[in-house]
Amino acid sequence: MEIFLQQLINGITLGSIYGLIAIGYTMVFGIIGMVNFAHGDVFMVSAFIALIAFLILTTWLGITSISLALLIVLVVAMLFTSMVNWVIERLAYRPLRGSFRLAPLISAIGMSIFLSNFVQVSQGPRNKSTPPMIQGEFVLLDSNNFAVTLSFKQLVIWGITALLLMAFWYLVAKTKLGRAQRACEQDQKMAALVGVDVDRTISMTFVIAAALSAVAGTMYLMYYGVVSFSDGFVPGVKAFTAAVLGGIGSLPGAVIGGILIGLIETMWSAYFSIDYKDVAAFSVLAITLIFLPQGLFGRPDVEKV
Amino acid sequence: MVAASDILLSVEHLTMRFGGLVAVDDLSFQARQGDITALIGPNGAGKTTVFNCITGFYKPSEGRLGLCHGDASVWSELEALTDSGKRSVTRGDGALYQLERLPDFLVTQQARVARTFQNIRLFPGMTVLENLLVAQHNRLMLASGYTLIGILGFPSYAAAERAAIDKARMWLDRVGLIERADDPAGDLPYGAQRRLEIARAMCTEPVLLCLDEPAAGLNPRESAELNALLLTIRNEYAISILLIEHDMSVVMEISDHLIVLDYGVKISDGPPEIVRNDPKVIAAYLGVADEEVAQVEAEVGL
Repeated sequence: MEIFLQQLINGITLGSIYGLIAIGYTMVFGIIGMVNFAHGDVFMVSAFIALIAFLILTTWLGITSISLALLIVLVVAMLFTSMVNWVIERLAYRPLRGSFRLAPLISAIGMSIFLSNFVQVSQGPRNKSTPPMIQGEFVLLDSNNFAVTLSFKQLVIWGITALLLMAFWYLVAKTKLGRAQRACEQDQKMAALVGVDVDRTISMTFVIAAALSAVAGTMYLMYYGVVSFSDGFVPGVKAFTAAVLGGIGSLPGAVIGGILIGLIETMWSAYFSIDYKDVAAFSVLAITLIFLPQGLFGRPDVEKV
Repeated sequence: MVAASDILLSVEHLTMRFGGLVAVDDLSFQARQGDITALIGPNGAGKTTVFNCITGFYKPSEGRLGLCHGDASVWSELEALTDSGKRSVTRGDGALYQLERLPDFLVTQQARVARTFQNIRLFPGMTVLENLLVAQHNRLMLASGYTLIGILGFPSYAAAERAAIDKARMWLDRVGLIERADDPAGDLPYGAQRRLEIARAMCTEPVLLCLDEPAAGLNPRESAELNALLLTIRNEYAISILLIEHDMSVVMEISDHLIVLDYGVKISDGPPEIVRNDPKVIAAYLGVADEEVAQVEAEVGL
């Protein structure tokens, strides 16, 4: 019971990170029908940006307040990662729009390899670590020598995720940008014909996707304290699994899918074999695709005749 | 051919080829400001292709598409505009656009030509009201200065958003859909979707409204309502309409000017009463050669 509770807490934390990345996959897929395989690496780059910003702030500028430093790191990471993703879209995807369907996909895989190699060469291949940023925890339950804890950093992750999801929901549901995005998602040509600048809207989608993955990257760094150039791949593919599980194209689906994948992974680690946790998570991808191809919240394609 | 004072749209030598197929062949016509101009012809005559060229869907193989805003004396700039290679020219109160040079979203945004489709293309998953708000996206972008002001809710933007909602409501009222404002557009019955599509096109504030078979699939009552709506748009809002239609009760009743196409070539051009008696038009519709028209007419009792 205690183990279950602890893993529930850990799973939701991990799932929040996956969920934020998964939104990026699902949004981009929704609007241009492409799986952006470079998205995981954008997440990794954002963690590096956060790391560099954090080190500059604490060692060079001597900011001692961790919460202030974290806030600045978050903003800086969101800003720079957005710029990176904007450039990627402009250089690697937009020229291929209207090309055959596989072209942007292959370009995305190339971009993914480029990003991880670039970071490997420029930052070095070893794990980079930060000093612990937030320490302390609540002990929720203490029995049989097993204490169920909820650490402050987990609380911060939950809080920031919830806050951002609300802001993001508002953006998509209530603003003109969100309206333009949904219009482009349903009928790009028609959106252009009512005066929406489709290219600009797609760029903004990449920017928002990157900003959310930068939040995930910052929190990943804060949670684990280490990051390496290869960290984009596995979390990226897991977030993609989350997006497929939730129903690719569905925003609430991405978040729920992320949390489910996080839980599956942590529960599997606790009750079965930790070595096989990735196998468990990716089996979900295969099972979903076979038995529930439209995902939990996806709209099945029904042709009205 | 610099046009007379009240020309809105001037199509000159428009040709559209798809590989070896010539869908539209050297078509020239003009549409006057404040007129309902109908483009008719048998199936496959190239009517929709003409629309697709005008609204930026296709780049014409050849030809020039001039559109004028405001003071029509600006037409005298047309040759200079063509030579300059620019997309548009503004002089005094008038502006002149060469539509074939504009990308599709600018045809709506700048040249202010709006269209509807033969097969309805609403945003089915968005609400009826949202469909009309998306159409005002461009103006809202201007109000927000292309920044995040809108998201942050500055008063100037909030006022623009309110104005957009008011405008949308006004059109919903006009087309009788006000009580369904918050339903997904895809749930509306067919006739209502058609009206919504016209309302959405009107929300982009066009100077020229292009309607591709707006009466298709409508029952006689709905088609009479459509006539009334189109006449309102022309008379009250002074917006010119270019219409493709097979329903002759619509065409003959409301059009000021007809252009008849057959196999991509213009075969007749003029007011309805002249066109309906043109032997070439009758021949095209009956599918016989010109000389046999009198004989066939006698047979069917026309």
